[in-house]
Amino acid sequence: MSKHTLSVLVEDTPGILARIASLFSRRGFNIDSLAVGVTEHPDISRITIVVNVEDLPLEQVTKQLNKLVNVLKIVELEPASAVQRELVLVKVRADNETRSQIVEIVQLFRAKTVDVSPEAVTIEATGSSDKLDAMLKMLEPYGIKELVQSGTIAVGRGARSITDRSLRALDRSA
Amino acid sequence: MTEQATGAPKPQQPRARTGGQQQSAPVEMTGAQSLIRALEEVGADTVFGLPGGAILPAYDPMMDSSGLRHILVRHEQGAGHAATGYAQATGKVGVCMATSGPGATNLVTPLADAHMDSVPLVAITGQVASGSIGTDAFQEADICGISMPVTKHNFLVTDADEIPRTVAEAFHIASTGRPGPVVVDISKDALQERTTFTWPPVTDLPGYRPVTKPHSKQIREAAKLIAQARRPVLYVGGGVLKSGATGELKVLAELTRAPVTTTLMGIGAFPDSHPQHLGMPGMHGTVAAVTALQKADLIVALGARFDDRVTGRLDSFAPLAKVVHADIDPAEIGKNRAADVPIVGDAREVIADLVVAVQAEADGEGLGEAAGAGFPDWWQQLDRWRETYPLGYDLPEDGSLAPQQVIQRIGELAPEGTLFAAGVGQHQMWAAHFIQYDRPASWLNSGGLGTMGYAVPAALGAKVGQPDRTVWAIDGDGCFQMTNQELVTAALNGVPLKVAVINNGALGMVRQWQTLFYDQRYSNTQLYEGGSGGEAPQQGRGTRCPDFVKLAEAMGCVGIRCEDPDQLDAVIEKANAINDRPVVIDFIVHEDAMVWPMVAAGTSNDEVMAARGVRPDFGDDEE
Repeated sequence: MSKHTLSVLVEDTPGILARIASLFSRRGFNIDSLAVGVTEHPDISRITIVVNVEDLPLEQVTKQLNKLVNVLKIVELEPASAVQRELVLVKVRADNETRSQIVEIVQLFRAKTVDVSPEAVTIEATGSSDKLDAMLKMLEPYGIKELVQSGTIAVGRGARSITDRSLRALDRSA
Repeated sequence: MTEQATGAPKPQQPRARTGGQQQSAPVEMTGAQSLIRALEEVGADTVFGLPGGAILPAYDPMMDSSGLRHILVRHEQGAGHAATGYAQATGKVGVCMATSGPGATNLVTPLADAHMDSVPLVAITGQVASGSIGTDAFQEADICGISMPVTKHNFLVTDADEIPRTVAEAFHIASTGRPGPVVVDISKDALQERTTFTWPPVTDLPGYRPVTKPHSKQIREAAKLIAQARRPVLYVGGGVLKSGATGELKVLAELTRAPVTTTLMGIGAFPDSHPQHLGMPGMHGTVAAVTALQKADLIVALGARFDDRVTGRLDSFAPLAKVVHADIDPAEIGKNRAADVPIVGDAREVIADLVVAVQAEADGEGLGEAAGAGFPDWWQQLDRWRETYPLGYDLPEDGSLAPQQVIQRIGELAPEGTLFAAGVGQHQMWAAHFIQYDRPASWLNSGGLGTMGYAVPAALGAKVGQPDRTVWAIDGDGCFQMTNQELVTAALNGVPLKVAVINNGALGMVRQWQTLFYDQRYSNTQLYEGGSGGEAPQQGRGTRCPDFVKLAEAMGCVGIRCEDPDQLDAVIEKANAINDRPVVIDFIVHEDAMVWPMVAAGTSNDEVMAARGVRPDFGDDEE
C-alpha cells in the first residue's frame, strides 16, 4: 500500500461531498485525509484526498470519480513535484518549568505559539505530515491535552495550474 | 434470420443543447405544468407511475397532456421495471413517476436494476415541500441520498425555474455515454409555484463529457492483434445492443471469421442462428463458448464487462488470452481483467473502425496464416466441442412437462418479432438457452442485479413500447408471486402480454444449488408442499396455492393450465391467438430439472460441467 494525493476539482453543488465519500466507502477504499475548500473560481471547489491504496485500485477509484457528473477533473499530485501541507493546532500541558522548553521546540519547527495560559500553551504548526509527526513526538512527553488537525492540501510546483482547462470548459458551457 | 437495423435504435438524444435551436418565448405556468411540458419537449411519450401527496401537483397537468400517456401501475416497483422494459424494447428513455417517501423507495430496486444493466431511465419523484426537507415530515425520504449508489446521477429540485433544465439534463445523462437511471426529485412547493417556461433550456454539464470516438492508434493495435491471432473470440455484451452496432458486428465477425459469444445482456446482438455463434459464455454458458474463452489467445471484448458470472475465478480465466477491451465506460476497462489494448468508445464507432482497420491489415497482407485462412484449426476444435456438448435436456420419465421443452416450444411457436422478458432463475437460463434470438431488442432480462419479479412489469413496458410485437414473459412461480399485480395494469390498459409461469413449486435455481452443494437439504425453497385446506400433499406438482389460473382470471386475464406434454402446442397456440387480453399459462413442470452446463460459483471456468458429473474432455493433452 502507498499513499496517493488526489486533487479533485468539482462543481460547487449540494451533496458533492456525500457523492465522493459514498463512492469511496462503496468501493471499499479508506480515505486517509480529506480537505475541501473554495478555489480562485467561485463555482469550483477543490477536494484534496489522500488515500492509501495499491496502484490498480487507485486507477479504478480515479475512473469512478471521473464518472461523477459534478467532478470536473482529477489530478494525482506526486510528492516530488508538489507542495503538501497540513495544519495542526495542539494544546500542550505547560508550567513555569516546561514552558521555555516547549517554546524552544516550537521555534525549532518554525511553528507558532498562539495562546498561553498558566497550565498550557497552544501551538499552531503547518508543514508536511512528516514534519508535524516529528514535532508532535517531541511535544508528547509534556502531555498533549488536545489536538486538531486539518486534511492535507497540496498544489503542484511550477507555473502550470490544474484549474486552467476546467475553467475554460466551465466558461464555454455557461 | 431477421437481422434488422431498426430493432434497437440508439437511445434518443434529447433536444436540449443550446446550439442552433431557437428558444421558445417564455410562457407563465406552474412548476408542475413546466415539468409536463419539459417531458413532452424532450420526447417522452409514456410515463409509468402512481400518484401520491407530494407528486400530486404534477398529475393535474398530466391529465391535459396530449403527448404523454400515463400508465397507472399497482406498485411503484412495477412502474420502474415497466419503464426499463419500455426502454430496452424501444431504445428510448423510460420514464417512471412516484410520490415521495414510500413511493420513491419502492423505485429503488428498479433503479438498481437499471443501473446494473445500463438502461436509460428517468425517475421523477415528488419530494416534501422544501421547507420541510430534513424534518422527518410525513412521507419524507431522502431519495437522492438513498439512490446515490444505484443511479448514474440524481437531482433535487426545489426551485420551479430549474425544472426544464433539470429534465433536459436528466434525459441527456440517462441516454448518452453508458446509459443509466437518473432520479429527478422535485419538492412539492417547486411544483406548485409560478415560473416561466422556455425551451430548450440552457444546459450546464461541464463535468460530463462521454468519449464516443475511439482512439485510432488503439484501433490499429487491436486490428494487428486480430490479424496475428490463432484462436480469437469476439466476446460481445449489452453495449453492442445499446449502441445499435449489430449490423457492424455482423460485418466484423464475417470479415474476421472469428467465433462470437454473446453474454446474457448481449443476446440478440448477433443472430443465434449464425454459424459463427458459439452461444452464451459464463456460469451457465455453452461448453463451446466457455471453453473457447479459456483456450483463446485473443479475446476481443465489445461492450462487455468481464462480469464474475462470465469469468468464474478471475485468476484462471482465459489464461492464454491477450485482451482487446472496448467499452464506453473507461472504468470498466481493466476493472476485472487487465486489457492489452484498451479502447474507450461507443461500440458502433469502435466496431466500424475495427472493420476498416482489419480490412487494411488484409489488404496490406498483414494477416497471419491462421487469420488469412479463417482459423481452420480453431474452428475444428470449436466444432468438436459444439457437436460433442450441445445444449440439451432429458424429458422427465414420469411423463410430466420438462420446463426446457415448454420454453423451447414457446420460442418455436412465437410469431415473427416476438419479444421475450424473463424473470430470474432457472427459467431465465433456459429461456436464454432454448429460444433462438435472431434480432436485437428481442430479449429482456435482469442480468446484473438478478431481480426476481422483473418479467411481468418489464413485459408490460415492452408491450406498451412495441404494441405490434408479441411479448411473452417467461416467469417462474417464485418470481410471478412478486410482481403479478401488474397484470391488472395490463388488463385495464389493454396491454395483451402473455405470461408463461414455469411452475415447479419451488425456488428452482436455489433448489438446484441445494441439490448440488447442500446435500439436497431443501431449506425454504419449496413454495408449495400441498395440504392447504385439507388436501393431500402434492409436492412436486407445482405451486397450487395461489391457483394461478384463478388468480389470472381475477386480474382480468385469461388463465390456462397445462400439465400434459400432449397439450403443450395447443395451449401455446391458443395463447398466441388471444390478442384482446393478457394471458397467463400455468405450466406445471417437473421440479428436478436443472440448468446445465454449469460452472460452480467460485471455481475456474476450466471446471465447467456439461451435465451432472460430466466434465467435458477438452483434449487438453493434444496441445
